[in-house]
Amino acid sequence: MSEALLKIDGLKQYFPVSRKFSVKAVNGVSFEIFPGETYGLVGESGSGKTTIGRSVIRLYNPTAGSIVFEGKEISGKLDKDTRSMLRRDMQMIFQDPMSSLNPRKKVGDIIGEGLDIHHRYSSAAERAEAVGAMLKKVGLSPAHAERYPHQFSGGQRQRVGIARALIMNPKLIIADECISALDVSIQAQVVNLMKDIQEETQCAYLFIAHDLSMVKYISDRIGVLHLGYLVETGTTEEIFSNPIHPYTRSLLSAVPHPNPEVEKRRKSTAYDKNASGIDYEQGTEHRVGGTHTVLATGRELAQWSREASGE
Amino acid sequence: MANKTILEIKDLDISFRTNAGTIHAIRGVNLDLQKGETVAIVGESGSGKSVTMKAACGLLDANATVNSGEVLYTYAEGDGPEQTVDLLKIPKRQLRRDFNGNRIAMVFQDPMTSLDPTMQIGRQIMEGMILHRGMSKRDAWTRSVELLELVGITDPEKRMKNYPHQLSGGMRQRVVIAIALSGSPDILICDEPTTALDVTIQAKILELIKDVQDRLGLSVIYITHDLGVVAKVADYVNVMYAGKIVEVGNVNEIFYEPAHPYTWGLLSAMPDLDTDDDRLYSIPGSPPNLLHEPVGDAFTPRNSFAMKIDEKAAPPLFKISDTHYAATWLLHPDAPKVELPEGLRARLERAKKEAEKYL
Repeated sequence: MSEALLKIDGLKQYFPVSRKFSVKAVNGVSFEIFPGETYGLVGESGSGKTTIGRSVIRLYNPTAGSIVFEGKEISGKLDKDTRSMLRRDMQMIFQDPMSSLNPRKKVGDIIGEGLDIHHRYSSAAERAEAVGAMLKKVGLSPAHAERYPHQFSGGQRQRVGIARALIMNPKLIIADECISALDVSIQAQVVNLMKDIQEETQCAYLFIAHDLSMVKYISDRIGVLHLGYLVETGTTEEIFSNPIHPYTRSLLSAVPHPNPEVEKRRKSTAYDKNASGIDYEQGTEHRVGGTHTVLATGRELAQWSREASGE
Repeated sequence: MANKTILEIKDLDISFRTNAGTIHAIRGVNLDLQKGETVAIVGESGSGKSVTMKAACGLLDANATVNSGEVLYTYAEGDGPEQTVDLLKIPKRQLRRDFNGNRIAMVFQDPMTSLDPTMQIGRQIMEGMILHRGMSKRDAWTRSVELLELVGITDPEKRMKNYPHQLSGGMRQRVVIAIALSGSPDILICDEPTTALDVTIQAKILELIKDVQDRLGLSVIYITHDLGVVAKVADYVNVMYAGKIVEVGNVNEIFYEPAHPYTWGLLSAMPDLDTDDDRLYSIPGSPPNLLHEPVGDAFTPRNSFAMKIDEKAAPPLFKISDTHYAATWLLHPDAPKVELPEGLRARLERAKKEAEKYL
């Protein structure tokens, strides 16, 4: 496999609340993303998936750990070149297309802002052309550049958000719950668009979501987060066909199937960390095959594997 | 108990006056709810599913006009004789006093906004009972603790003193359900009760509602756009599009033998855990703007199976079986036979095969 595009090692993100207490949102998470692949990050709310996305793009200052992007360390203080590289090559699509677009700016200016900042054009015509081409790419028309965000529907707005992320030709796009706010039929449109774009530009996605069936559909590899710990990671195939960690299994069992006869007879498996007595601090990463790793102690792993193989 | 209609919506038609013009949001909706059953209303945002139910609760905004239709509710006062009333004709004051909360209760989407952040949850649950039923504070307190226990909150006495922000999202939604149940309603309307929640919590809340329904013999109406949720909870399904019900049937008919192209689209657009196609099917375009009255079938511009007649006349509901109806010209005897989209057909086959294991 080629060199990793993004390599996160032991990332910790704490938020101090008072002098004595801080919220440990992310506790030593490590994973890699390779060029052109989609890495899905799933977990319940409060598991730290959004925090990881924001730490990686440096909206937060990571407490500890290293983040290497395109061979450069980006977790500490950024020098000018690194910052400029980071802002160019890593982009983000936010959850709510209503609040992430400036309501007082025309869509053309929202999309073109990156070009303005990085001086990527020599004439106004060149800029307009780049913005128009981008609008076309995401399925809108160049004439839309003159409109304001409120003149678009939810799905169209999210397309604008994607266009804004794409205009710098990024190598990595962090998509933070970018389809959760959309209707089912529109979700499919946006996901298809993201797939097409990936094929064309070979960009990588860090796809953060809680909808497991969508994550399964779009991701090559998946990481399962719980309370700031990456409890299980592996290829989509490995996670879905052989989930080992009890949290992963409860998460998978909670996904409703659009199949009434099956669904009515199925009960989801509950997972209560406190009752189960699992201490994530004690666990170490165990490789169970291929790229599939589980956070567990030796004894837990043996027990879970027995449970997972079914008895 | 079986087959007793408790709520019947007949030919409901609602429009909203706005600055931009009149929006014809509900265009002739019919819906039946039997005692003890669960009916789901599915559709995209703006299809009118919430408005329909708000009309039944008298919660319509001031700029709404009910052009025609009835919402017939059948109930018995204690052991008294059964009576049927049209909820749309009852004065608002009486509706609030006698029906809202007492007989028809609603659970809203976002538990963060439907609870008062400045009030202890205990008081919020007691409030309705004290005001509506004239219960003493002590009785209301005991009853609230029981309700909290019923909705699966551990240590209820302690929780009574908590404020909403001290509870997690799932717990808050449980409290909202407890409040809805405090008036011992016959009908519980759940408006996207789990959309704001995680999958794991969602599963628990849905199981809770189901459990409460079985124990108290409630009739439940779900408003949702998540077909997975529908498959889990519903007995009957109404698919809504642009203010009309386009397909209605029992849950198996809708999921294994859908007849309307819009239902096909909805089913295909949602990947299940076995979907491995290269592309997701998506319904092209977006829902129509009801400021302009659609001519013919409102779904025509997004429908790849549309025929010429779809542009001219809206299809009536065609009968497929005693419980299954769909409004599409494709079911007309003169219509050409169409094949289901390949991906969807494979998926339905798979679903049926999987279901057979359980039958």
